[in-house]
Amino acid sequence: MAFTKDQLLARLQELKIEFLSCDHPAVMTVEEQAKYVGHLGGALSKNLFLKDKKHRLYIISALANTKVDLKILSQRLGLGKGGLRMAPEEALPEILHVALGSVTPFALINESARSVSLLLDKGFKSQRYCLFHPLTNEVTIALTPSDFDKFLLSIGREPAYVDLEDCPVVGKDNPPDLAYLVPAEALNLPGGADKVPPTSAPAQTNATLEQKTKQPTQKPKEPSKEQKQKSGKDKPQINADAVADSTNVEKFVEKVLEKVSNVFISELSKQSNAEDGNIKDHMLEGVKQRVSFDLLSMTMTLKNSVYTQGFHAGIESTLYPLANRKIVERK
Amino acid sequence: MASTTGETLAAAEPIADGRTEEGEEEQVVNPWEVSAKGGKIDYDKLVDRFGCQRLDESLIQRFERITGRRAHVFLRRGLFFAHRDLSDILDAYERGEKFYLYTGRGPSSESLHLGHLVPFMFTKYLQDVFKVPLVIQLTDDEKCMWKGLSVEESERLARENAKDIIACGFDIERTFIFADFSYMSPPIYKNIVRIANCVTGNKIVGIFGLTLEDYGGKFFFPYIQAAPSFPSSFPHIFSDKYSKLRCLIPCAIDQDPYFRMTRDVAPRLSYHKPALIESKFFPALQGESGKMSASDPNSAIYVTDSLKDIKNKVNRYAFSGGQDTIEKQRKFGANLEVDVPVKYLNFFLDDDAELLSIKEKYGSGAMLTGEVKARLIEVLSEIVERHQRARAAVTEEMVDAFMAVRPLPRMFG
Repeated sequence: MAFTKDQLLARLQELKIEFLSCDHPAVMTVEEQAKYVGHLGGALSKNLFLKDKKHRLYIISALANTKVDLKILSQRLGLGKGGLRMAPEEALPEILHVALGSVTPFALINESARSVSLLLDKGFKSQRYCLFHPLTNEVTIALTPSDFDKFLLSIGREPAYVDLEDCPVVGKDNPPDLAYLVPAEALNLPGGADKVPPTSAPAQTNATLEQKTKQPTQKPKEPSKEQKQKSGKDKPQINADAVADSTNVEKFVEKVLEKVSNVFISELSKQSNAEDGNIKDHMLEGVKQRVSFDLLSMTMTLKNSVYTQGFHAGIESTLYPLANRKIVERK
Repeated sequence: MASTTGETLAAAEPIADGRTEEGEEEQVVNPWEVSAKGGKIDYDKLVDRFGCQRLDESLIQRFERITGRRAHVFLRRGLFFAHRDLSDILDAYERGEKFYLYTGRGPSSESLHLGHLVPFMFTKYLQDVFKVPLVIQLTDDEKCMWKGLSVEESERLARENAKDIIACGFDIERTFIFADFSYMSPPIYKNIVRIANCVTGNKIVGIFGLTLEDYGGKFFFPYIQAAPSFPSSFPHIFSDKYSKLRCLIPCAIDQDPYFRMTRDVAPRLSYHKPALIESKFFPALQGESGKMSASDPNSAIYVTDSLKDIKNKVNRYAFSGGQDTIEKQRKFGANLEVDVPVKYLNFFLDDDAELLSIKEKYGSGAMLTGEVKARLIEVLSEIVERHQRARAAVTEEMVDAFMAVRPLPRMFG
């Protein structure tokens, strides 16, 4: 059963937690939020909803100014490098029962989020007020750090404050210092479990595409779903995200255009001088615009054609041994 | 909430064919006829009479906020201009509650023109930005009943039209196309009968203007067009988890009567009322007084037109609001109200800045009719060419795959 904002606020009142509440238009970024609630004199929080390779979930709640380096945190949690990435969009409504742009530690009041680990910026402890969304990004509430702890304890959570900017070297003699915060159980994330069979050809073409790891953005609004493809040593992880990406026509076209643009720009730079960088960018935008529609259409055609072939192969393969019949040639 | 106002069929049902009480014909808008005195449809009156709502700027901005990208050109330029309960769909979506799309086509002819593609192009955009599944109903049975086509011919046309629909770029991972004749099966038939049990013949007469002289199938068909609004009609796609999934129907406004009836029935069957997002009619090349008709090839741009055809049609038949002579044009500028090329550019030219510039220059006389038409020809040619290329790649196997009764495991992406 999903908690609503009103139920959450009622619970806070039951716990005798005082808070200031401020309604505002829906905000998707901390900057936007600041415009409306800066006057409250509290510390704005940025909240990241993350997952690791074993589908365990985390909320990292940090002061807006704290630098959060997911690579370092990933190592400190004992997940290796690049083990942390943004949780899939569907997990927001399914597990946290909040919408995009509304990630908040308060979402842990939901039973469905019991296995989500919470990491809090130790900087909160010295603030007068901490600002969070109460399950919707159309409201911000401010409460004292000790009251916030009180809330967490009331839902059975031990508040875990961490120096998020610390970057200890993790190695043989230095075990990951945050490993105790990794959840005991993984959750069945929506969109499929570990073994999702790739949809034939598109997944394979994706495996040969070199992808750059994007530094995940701080706003939960844009989950970066790109993975690092390690050819050779590790097997490519096949999970729900990868399949969604590899069959996503728009992402594919974006990557192609990006690749072509980069090469084009570097070739151009060789020819002419760097001064007309602006003109090049402008020209490139123009080219991208004109080519996008066609590329999208062609790629969708490819995707549909390939699915069709796979679909028919699937049907034929189930029929074939049964009837011991010859392949019927389609005209 | 708007859904409760002006909805009850019993009381406020507009008289089926648009006649006022005095018997005078103003404008007639129903699924089989669209005409108006003086040629120009008064959309404000229509929205009032039907009881739907206008799609305003704030809703468009909401679209952009929720989807994270610029709204489709048809929304920005007001081609999709009316709705029912769209805000509810958006509210639910923001809360994480999904919905599915439902649209359709009556396959009455093999040749499709750009006006036919409009709802499909828009539906594709909706599918892409919201990442939701889509069902497309090909009403071959309807055409059999109304156009006197044989069952076999209707079925054939349905399949042919399916190819052009597929060429609009729908994602096979989340699209199910079905033709009534081949999809009729227990789940959807049971819903059709449930719906039929809620709507009397009198109501059908009231909404659709049928008489006892009409064949009985016509009375029954509205229930068939209503059924896909309920997810239980597609158990192979929507499991019990999605038994109350909301439905959004993009369509032209002449389809509103079907779905007014459906919305009235929905709560009685414990479903959400389907939401609608409705478009105006696409202007014929000859202007407001003309009608885009399958029988007049020069009234529209067809998806099978060659580049030469497009050039010819636009130059010779597109009604121009420009002045008679170049001198007059330079002096007075063009009448943008009636100029068809500008109207077409309004819907098909994505670049806001360029459109504004063309309107300013053409309206002031700095630009000539020929130049505007030339730009339109470019824009249309690109669209038609893209469509033809995609169409050429649609095989019988692909149609079979789109129409196969199969699960869509990745329908929410």
